[in-house]
Amino acid sequence: MNVKKNMSGNDEWAVEAQGLVKKFGNNHAVDGVDLHVRPGVIYGVLGPNGAGKTTTIRMLATLLRPDAGSAKIFGYDVVKDPQIVRQLIGVTGQYASVDESLTATENLVIFSRLLGLGRAEAKKKSSELLEEFSLTEAAKRPLKNFSGGMRRRLDLAASLIAQPPLIFLDEPTTGLDPRTRNQMWETIRRLVKSGSTVLLTTQYLQEADELADRVAVIDRGRVVAEGTVDELKMSVGNASLQIRIKDRQALNSARQIVEKVLQAPSVILPEAGRITAPMAEADRVTDLLIAMREAEIKLAEVSVQKPSLDEVFLTITGHKAEASQKTESLEKSGEMKQ
Amino acid sequence: MINNSMVPVSKRQLKKNSGLGQTVRNSLTMAYRGLLKIRRTPEQLFDVTLQPIIFTLMFTYIFGGAISGNVQSYLPVIIPGILVQTVITTSIVTGVQLREDMDKGVFDRFKSLPIARIAPLAGALLADTIRYTIATVLTFAMGYIMGYRPDGGLGNVIFAGVLVIVCSWAMSWIFAFFGVIARTASSVQGISMLVLFPLTFLSNAFVPVKTMPGWLRWFANVNPVSHLITAVRHLTNSGSVGWDFAATLIGAAVVVIIFAPLTVRAYMRRT
Repeated sequence: MNVKKNMSGNDEWAVEAQGLVKKFGNNHAVDGVDLHVRPGVIYGVLGPNGAGKTTTIRMLATLLRPDAGSAKIFGYDVVKDPQIVRQLIGVTGQYASVDESLTATENLVIFSRLLGLGRAEAKKKSSELLEEFSLTEAAKRPLKNFSGGMRRRLDLAASLIAQPPLIFLDEPTTGLDPRTRNQMWETIRRLVKSGSTVLLTTQYLQEADELADRVAVIDRGRVVAEGTVDELKMSVGNASLQIRIKDRQALNSARQIVEKVLQAPSVILPEAGRITAPMAEADRVTDLLIAMREAEIKLAEVSVQKPSLDEVFLTITGHKAEASQKTESLEKSGEMKQ
Repeated sequence: MINNSMVPVSKRQLKKNSGLGQTVRNSLTMAYRGLLKIRRTPEQLFDVTLQPIIFTLMFTYIFGGAISGNVQSYLPVIIPGILVQTVITTSIVTGVQLREDMDKGVFDRFKSLPIARIAPLAGALLADTIRYTIATVLTFAMGYIMGYRPDGGLGNVIFAGVLVIVCSWAMSWIFAFFGVIARTASSVQGISMLVLFPLTFLSNAFVPVKTMPGWLRWFANVNPVSHLITAVRHLTNSGSVGWDFAATLIGAAVVVIIFAPLTVRAYMRRT
């Protein structure tokens, strides 16, 4: 039962999602997500914990049935043709989706056999992949003794057995040390060079910056911004300015000065006496410091930072990223109950 | 291997459904996984090794004198009874382990692979027949040590053993269903016990049915477990195959026909 060429599949969009919705009880984990991903790119889905990133990926990967909306992978509908979609994707979840009690080799051989490889082929493929991901030495050890980084690498290796044209990576570097994280980034870049499309989720703007060609910012189950990383950053300013003032009483008047001089919205952290605001032009800092002195506000600290997800969020959504962390636990418990 | 041999989507041969051949291959691979897991954690075989030994010893010496006059003449009655009870009890573990297994991340991968949907379940259930085999062999061995010499001969004893294993595999679909719908492994154990106790004890496993009150006798007579036990007794003690044998196989088939699709459907929904 081979599906003929161009019957319904196409190479125009790797991912095409319209108004995806998923509810867990009363909690709208995903509340109308639209995504369009061209083949051959790294596409980043950026958002804080509980924004709905994982739920979105699970729906696209046929692991979860959407309550509303539709999604197509290379033109194949995830609800109508899930078995075809599964032949086109590789999924690496946030939590290692490999067998803890088995060895790395056994894991890869089993997945290879399930994907239709013969006994000898499966062995060959497994050892190739283990070598590719520098896991050869650990091949015979049970995964219980693996480090987090090794597990992630094995997990990714398992997703590549069938050389799927689309790979989902759910927070591929969360919890990895900087060196392992850089290795993972290298691997992801090579994947795309070989012709794959990668859709990854991340909490870190820096990661999206390093890897992604395009980014969708997702918040409370909705896409709130979409574009290239540069476009996204321009909306926030290239860097953000942090000011800590000595006298907390003056926090509000200081904030007014900041917003007036930098002409941008700011965030205040009252406990720390800190104000953060995007800084489009470094020159303005001089003006700001002069204005502060004129207003007789004493500063404890001034620093400039690269924009963080927080600032992107603030600018795009008008609320702080942490605000939606509460929904994370809800989403998780909701998912368990399904 | 990461190389430049990526096949474009339009050139791929994509299958809409998994055929029978693939279903069987996938299930066998999943069974292989189950066997590997048993080999890695042999301690999970404690129950199937100890239960046949303890139950056979206990029940034979407790009931032997009272029911059949002496232990020796009770053995042909009790060994098939214990065998069926033990092996079916073992099949509960299938559901419990399936529940534990499904909570692990690896099941997400199985679901995202283009494999037959039934394979992860069928494979787990198939691998567990190794447990039933161990329990069967040990029960017969225990009986032999205690002096049980079945008149049906070795061939029929093996045949009876296979019948019990096949029926337990069929029964394990019921517990697999509980395993898939329940929230925790311990609740699977609980529900399964509630089903299992009446089925195994309200049967002809330990005592002659004629000593029971009428309503209970009625249940014990229609109970599929009784048919299985009678079929095993006929096979081991006289080497004969009768209506009970056929009734057992029909019962097993009905259980699988009802519970296999139910379980797979529940498994697919539970994500």
